[in-house]
Amino acid sequence: MSETGAGTGATTGPVQVTGEVLSVKRAGAYHHLTMVAAGVAERFRPGSFVTVAVGGAESTRTLRRGLAVHRVRPTGAYGGTVECVFEADEPGRAWLAAAPAGTPLEVLGPLGRPFALPKEPVTCVLVGHGCASAPLFSLAERLRERSCVVHMVLGAASEARLFGTLEARRATRSVVVTTDDGSVGVRGGVVPVLPELLTRTSADVVYAAGPADVLHGAAAAAEQHGAWSQTLLDAPDGCGTGLCQGCVLPAVGEDGVTRMVRACVEGPVLRGDRVRWDDLGRVPSDARGAS
Amino acid sequence: MTSPQTDPANRQGPSLATDLAGLAMPSPVMTAAGCGGRELAPYADLDALGALVTRTVTLDARAGSPPPRLTEAPSGLVSHVGLQNPGLQAFLTTDLPWFAQRRVRTVVSIAAASLGEYGELARRLSTAPGVSAVEVHLSVPDAFQTGKVVHVVRRDLPRGTPVLAKLAPGGDVVDQARAAAANGADAVVLAQGWPALTIDPDTLRPFLGAGAGLLTGPAVHALALRQVWDVHEALPDLAVVGAGGIGTGDQALAMLAAGASAVQLGSVLLRDPAAAVRVTAELADALTRHHLASVSDAVGLAHRTTHA
Repeated sequence: MSETGAGTGATTGPVQVTGEVLSVKRAGAYHHLTMVAAGVAERFRPGSFVTVAVGGAESTRTLRRGLAVHRVRPTGAYGGTVECVFEADEPGRAWLAAAPAGTPLEVLGPLGRPFALPKEPVTCVLVGHGCASAPLFSLAERLRERSCVVHMVLGAASEARLFGTLEARRATRSVVVTTDDGSVGVRGGVVPVLPELLTRTSADVVYAAGPADVLHGAAAAAEQHGAWSQTLLDAPDGCGTGLCQGCVLPAVGEDGVTRMVRACVEGPVLRGDRVRWDDLGRVPSDARGAS
Repeated sequence: MTSPQTDPANRQGPSLATDLAGLAMPSPVMTAAGCGGRELAPYADLDALGALVTRTVTLDARAGSPPPRLTEAPSGLVSHVGLQNPGLQAFLTTDLPWFAQRRVRTVVSIAAASLGEYGELARRLSTAPGVSAVEVHLSVPDAFQTGKVVHVVRRDLPRGTPVLAKLAPGGDVVDQARAAAANGADAVVLAQGWPALTIDPDTLRPFLGAGAGLLTGPAVHALALRQVWDVHEALPDLAVVGAGGIGTGDQALAMLAAGASAVQLGSVLLRDPAAAVRVTAELADALTRHHLASVSDAVGLAHRTTHA
């Protein structure tokens, strides 16, 4: 394996490494990838992500695929490993899902701004939808190390699309499970259960991971309750370094000005009250530089 | 102390030193506008690049195109970013000094909507420290327009600052190159990309937020080679910078042989942010394999009827 990065001794910032696939296992509707990627695990903080080049060395697929990190193991029989859970929803991820053990993998990471962690031992509600909830488990671990009380809400369209409900019961004070079809847990989405849960637990911070409507709903529920919110956007495809400016969304800065920020550099974690959720997919007319 | 055997200057190997219209570069490998920036610094030594071309700067900030801004096409990439940038003032106070401090040879890419704006950009860059050259991002594939834009930019920059004209997609590139050269361009850059479209299979509407875009990446390498070939054939004294789907040292060398004096890497940097380091090393190996002592020995080689 080779490794290049910002100084070999540094333990912050991303590295570019040639790693390899250790295993890809089915996890319900998803794929659970474990890869060896030297240097990534040591630098990882919950919420940061990796991008991988897909298709092998001769591939002419031009864009890297973003993968949220479920958890890392800095040391082990194979050196540092990184685990990601994803859906094979397009050809690049389908290649990854089918990659046999030992497949070389070009990995960049960890990338982006991770979750901000509270300094005080506060009460946190973690909300996740589908396999987007995977990064919340390493977050829960860090929060408990800080003596925070952690509650979790996990939802999906159906039981097969839930992720991590068993692990959640071990890792948190309480778990609420929701499914759209009612096949398990509360029927409906994750957002409707939040107001009651936030009140009952006197939550101080909401951490959310999922599609935009879940993030928007979680941010709104947090604001209503007077809690902070940290929302994790989908790990963006493209480059992961900020070069391509493909993963932009409108967000309000400290100065009150809206800018098109990059999910890969300014995110993927953004304060929920900073994102212009209703303007996703657009350049608002008051965004800086909009014509 | 450095012994004669270990001193790199004495090692047997091709010289990558490149003179691009007066800009001395240690290598002919540059980054293309929008594909090189501070973002690459964790992965590659930017001061080892031939030069870095900045993200295109406009006089006022631009928010860019609505997303999605890029998508894969077979062996390529269709994109329309819309020149998102913080505007000249922010560029001059943040990015440019950052590059200058690290001794990165910096080619500032500029675009404007009027001749007046092009002139103002050139005037303000003429007094900014750390500008190695200026690359004019042209958007109208017309020789007359190209000539007018290059003329105002050239007029307001110091003689020692090379002006590179990145020709617009479409139109006759030889005519545009001739007009650029006649109006003071020191080199032309080919190519930006080819007009292209992708359709979302679910909605049956254009996939990109802006509608159409430009195709770049491996798919356009042979197209870019042809344009570089044509311009070098018609205007052998004009320096050409070749860009389009270059991802290996052999492809860089092919571009030099077609007539380019230097090359720019674009979409490959999205897949591999350290690509410039690799392509530069591969180019040195390729020159050695062909018994070429220097980059300049390779420029235009494909046009010569007999081989040495």
